[in-house]
Amino acid sequence: MKHLFVKRAVAATLAAALPMAALAADKPESLKIGMTAFLTGPASVFGVPARDATEIMVENINAEGGINGVPIDISFIDEGAGAESLTSEYRRMVESGGAEVMLASISSGNCQTIAPLAEDLQVPNLMWDCGTQRIFEENDYKYVFRTQANATPEMLASVIYLLKTKPDFNTIAVVNQDYAWGRDSWDIFSTALKAMKPDVEVVAEFFPKFGSPDFSTEISRLQALNPDVILSTSWGGDLDTFVQQASQRGLLNSSTFVLPLAESSLERLGSALTEGHIVGARGDHYFLHPERRDDADFQAFMKQYEEKTGEVSVYPVFHASQAMAALTTAYEKAIADNGVEWPSEEQLLAALEGLEFQGLGRPVKLREDNQGVEAQLMGTSVQTGDYPFATLENIMIFDGAELTTPVGEISTEWVGSLDAGFVDSVSVDTYEN
Amino acid sequence: MNLAIFLLALFDGVAYAALVFIVALGLTLIFGVMRILNVAHGSLYAIGAYASVSLTGYALSLGFAPVLAFPLMIVSAVLVGILIGAPLEKFLLRRIYDKSEVLQLLMTFAVFMILEDVQRLVWGTRPYFDSSALQVLGNVTVFGVTYTAYQMILLPLIAVALLLGMRFFLRHTVTGKLITATTEDREAAQSIGVDADKVFLFTFVIGAILAGLGGALASPTTSILPGMGADMIVLSFAVVATAGLGQIEGAALTALMIGLGRSFAVYLYPEISVLVPYLIMVLVLLVRPEGLFGTPGARKI
Repeated sequence: MKHLFVKRAVAATLAAALPMAALAADKPESLKIGMTAFLTGPASVFGVPARDATEIMVENINAEGGINGVPIDISFIDEGAGAESLTSEYRRMVESGGAEVMLASISSGNCQTIAPLAEDLQVPNLMWDCGTQRIFEENDYKYVFRTQANATPEMLASVIYLLKTKPDFNTIAVVNQDYAWGRDSWDIFSTALKAMKPDVEVVAEFFPKFGSPDFSTEISRLQALNPDVILSTSWGGDLDTFVQQASQRGLLNSSTFVLPLAESSLERLGSALTEGHIVGARGDHYFLHPERRDDADFQAFMKQYEEKTGEVSVYPVFHASQAMAALTTAYEKAIADNGVEWPSEEQLLAALEGLEFQGLGRPVKLREDNQGVEAQLMGTSVQTGDYPFATLENIMIFDGAELTTPVGEISTEWVGSLDAGFVDSVSVDTYEN
Repeated sequence: MNLAIFLLALFDGVAYAALVFIVALGLTLIFGVMRILNVAHGSLYAIGAYASVSLTGYALSLGFAPVLAFPLMIVSAVLVGILIGAPLEKFLLRRIYDKSEVLQLLMTFAVFMILEDVQRLVWGTRPYFDSSALQVLGNVTVFGVTYTAYQMILLPLIAVALLLGMRFFLRHTVTGKLITATTEDREAAQSIGVDADKVFLFTFVIGAILAGLGGALASPTTSILPGMGADMIVLSFAVVATAGLGQIEGAALTALMIGLGRSFAVYLYPEISVLVPYLIMVLVLLVRPEGLFGTPGARKI
């Protein structure tokens, strides 16, 4: 604590001693940016696709001359190496590596660590993927922006889609991973569900350990309890194992599954994810996005990505595209607004305030608290035979602004204050597939 | 808790225990004979699983019947034993039998870390899943709950067969007796002409095959992904330590206790299910520090 105070005091003194920030910066040889992502560990199912996608996007931008003639030079930091190594690498990249902007991170824990660090280092940081809603609800940041939604709209969209498509269910059980995301997402989901449909009974709550290789016992118990709906916000190997084991034992035939992160597992689950289960995508992210799939830029990118990786795009690819879009749009805006060759940090931060940009999904807008307002896509699984895995039908895209906690309010309180009428009040666009 | 639920928890527990036992059996065999705690056992388990999924996937892509998955599991396990286990013993462990336990532990841990990265190099970080073997056997329904025959019947049968087979092998065959003799007193065995090097190599390969077989048998039921070896080595070490290091029957009993404890916890109080194996371990070791079946003085670690 004392250490931090001294550091801040030194930083403040230095800042005061320096002359006023220059009006514009010299045009650099390249724009150095750093991105943190899990390249190892279980969450590399998100980090590796995001890195691959970002590399493609950077190549594309540089092939067209970069930003105002300045090419982007991106380096990656592995979040899988642990928080300590992450912060020291992050610091090194900013202090001696010359990174102008940082993109961090996937893990909510890492976002919590990095947000104050970015303020200390005075480096603009785009939070490109982490889910925790707490960042801007508990703190004010000047250098930190989030180019995507957070857990609250993601969970609310799942609840609303469930209530719209299956309004008459009575019982629900949950099987989430035993760590911050699994617990927090259930908090938001259950609070919202109880507020909008108070008569629902929660018949079982399971939090098997993160990385659990076996859900047999949970599945036996769920079969005995026979709930109408089973929620799991799990992801990666955990979700794959749970759905595969449940599918093998017929649990998918007796209960409706609500899987808010299953878009990222569709291809791996193959035929195991049968028809009629609710799939979410942490935003409007889907490789067959109904509003975007006919657009030339969307198609071109999807093709490039599939050629490079051999897999279809998943939501971290979309999140990465939003961060890159925010970055390029902010620089271009700052250059145009100020009539300069290259913006100063102040000018870049000013451009980021309230910025609107478009990645591979609908446009995203940064709110006054720096939280991104992102649309939410939900759908129901269907095996059409066009792909060797489940795709989505009855797709609903919700407007992000209505689902995001109002500025200055705390998510769990706001969500708890909603009522049954909320389900019908949110604007939604529906697509057959 | 009524009888139906009691039985359901029992089935789940036995299926889980069977898998844990198969892996722990290899670990405890190696420890019993060679007095070495092989942390790399976890990697051999993971590689067995990866090999089995890759071979099965390849065979299916060539159009072979899914039932071929069963022989391919054995092939994977044997490959792990011979291609990784044998060189590991011959070129590495053989040099450190007379070194201190800490060094041995660090050495096998280093091998574990290296093999973890090898898996990532070969198979990447994407989870794999291939349940063809499990689908071949179909499902069994008990009290309205559907189980896979693979987990409910096949795995426990294999575990029991391995337990009985191992007992028979060690007590009633010449090779088994040579192993037991070398375990009792290596110098005396050598003086009457037993080739101790050969016995150690053989034991280690058998242990490695069991680890690989555990992985191969687990592969149709779970996602194969980096890190699965670390989880298994921790759990099977808990089994082996609770049983008493080197105790084969003890490992079977402990695996069963841990499996049942875990599944009953899921039915009664899910929040503690993760803790159960270690609670059992702590309770047993508090009362019997040498493990359930261990003999005082034989402990090394």
